[in-house]
Amino acid sequence: MTRYVILGTGVAAIAAAESIRRVDATSPIAFISEDPHGYYSRPGLAYMLTGEVDEKQLFSYRPDDFKKLNAHFYRAEVTRILPGEKIIEATPNLRIPYDRLLVAVGAQAVRLKATGCQLAGVVKLDHMEDARSILAQAKHSRAAVVVGGGITALELAEGLSARHVKVHLLIRNERYWPNVLDEAESHIIETRLAEDGIQIHFQSELAEILGKNGKVAGVRLESGAQIRCDMVAYAIGVAPRIQLAKDSGIACERGVLTNEKMETNLPDIFAAGDIAQVFDPQTGRATIDSLWTPAREQGRIAGANMAGGVETYIKAVPFNVTRLGGLTTTIIGSVGTGRESDMVGIARGDSETWRQIPDAIITQSGFEVNRLRLMIGEKHILGAIVMGDQKLSSPLETIIREKVDILPIRARLLEKNAPLADILVHFWAGIAG
Amino acid sequence: MFKSFFQPEAAKRVAMAAGQVVPDSSRCVQCGICSYNCPIGIDVRRHAWENEPVSNSRCLTCGECVARCPRGVLRFERTNLFGDGGK
Ligand SMILES: Cc1cc2nc3c(=O)[nH]c(=O)nc-3n(C[C@H](O)[C@H](O)[C@H](O)COP(=O)(O)OP(=O)(O)OC[C@H]3O[C@@H](n4cnc5c(N)ncnc54)[C@H](O)[C@@H]3O)c2cc1C
Repeated sequence: MTRYVILGTGVAAIAAAESIRRVDATSPIAFISEDPHGYYSRPGLAYMLTGEVDEKQLFSYRPDDFKKLNAHFYRAEVTRILPGEKIIEATPNLRIPYDRLLVAVGAQAVRLKATGCQLAGVVKLDHMEDARSILAQAKHSRAAVVVGGGITALELAEGLSARHVKVHLLIRNERYWPNVLDEAESHIIETRLAEDGIQIHFQSELAEILGKNGKVAGVRLESGAQIRCDMVAYAIGVAPRIQLAKDSGIACERGVLTNEKMETNLPDIFAAGDIAQVFDPQTGRATIDSLWTPAREQGRIAGANMAGGVETYIKAVPFNVTRLGGLTTTIIGSVGTGRESDMVGIARGDSETWRQIPDAIITQSGFEVNRLRLMIGEKHILGAIVMGDQKLSSPLETIIREKVDILPIRARLLEKNAPLADILVHFWAGIAG
Repeated sequence: MFKSFFQPEAAKRVAMAAGQVVPDSSRCVQCGICSYNCPIGIDVRRHAWENEPVSNSRCLTCGECVARCPRGVLRFERTNLFGDGGK
């Protein structure tokens, strides 16, 4: 018998337990999480804001799924890991022994530090309670200011706008998400947001939040301009919750350091998901992803190894699908330019690799709101952005991941006004047989 | 030309003749919009978690889940009924 303890109930934690149960049907598994809602789709919170799904729909696990896991769930805040005695301490009043431990406590939103940030009406979108609170406050709000860059800021803007709140989106740069998107792409998103009634204020920086009777009444920008609003929603990045691990002697940098087997420096302690900074033997670097699919895969590997297996995590090409201004957008591989002044830490739904681009030539093609941009290297496609129609994004992911030799089509791709999609479709038909 | 590859409607109609909904689980974040919109209550999201086609014989291939998914997880794939194996 092995006593498994898993900290957290996010997707990494659940995937680990599923993995353990595949090989060990009887040993006890204990989850300890402070989250009163347990396991649910955190990315789905954005769609709960827009009203596309009900809150209860975000809970994908059914009673018989929990039965299959046959685990014990403790709702408690873990305060200490004692690696010497192999004990977890949590409040209120828990001491739980483990033989194998998984730390999967995730990441959380970086707090806004601005005058007035304590006022009622200042919100973020990190977990279920945040989403509930935003919806409750939106009912009584006429206008909101959204601060930050990246995907979550847009999700906040779109969610509030769907709830009939007039949204002002503050952007530090001259355009939206310049470290990942090019000018045309930013422009497409900005236009669509404007069509939805979202007003973007470029090169605008929040100076302070103005209050009245303890509640948000407006904001003042660095330029001196003021905007009246009842809510301020911010998304300025996420940070792995490493303090607990650090205090127990687990080696950390920005995240908890693990090897490819998801093991930390301490015996029988593993980490996975948003908290983990995983060594990638291909590049010799340890990186953090704050993405659902890598979290799930890391959890799966950690669980298998906790149960005695020998599996290694192979870092996939960074890949994220999201909706920007109502447009399905897939970002694959390296596409960015490395600037990120709207962000602290790394953006949610983001991956550090996107900004580590080797020398590459950029080529692109567009058709109304369908748009494709490729980063073309010497012999391979290094990255791609697919906006709108997604037919090509799966083939492109394979071409990029498998480092398919594109020499047969490279010259044609680089021709002026090349019909990129046509060339790729024919090329793909050839290799996919 | 480029345009010809962006006609999802036409593609959909062809697939609907004899097809099934196939997920790409690496794109899925389990938000549940697919299951929520299925008119006959198939838990499409579960198929996406397991990375298995929606093999439920009750599936109408109405396309609601495919169209609503905000992340392009779901697509139609023609089943090989007539031996032409369309991709
Ligand atoms: C609004 C939003 C939008 C997102 N959009 C996308 C997207 O488009 N695409 C994408 O790929 N990803 C997206 N993500 C990110 C994705 O949700 C995460 O990568 C994923 O949920 C990480 O899972 P995890 O298991 O590592 O951690 P988490 O889901 O963070 O789970 C960690 C758990 O540990 C608990 N915990 C923390 N500290 C303690 C403690 N001391 N004691 C007890 N319990 C503790 C927490 O309460 C939490 O339940 C989004 C996230 C949010 C919030």
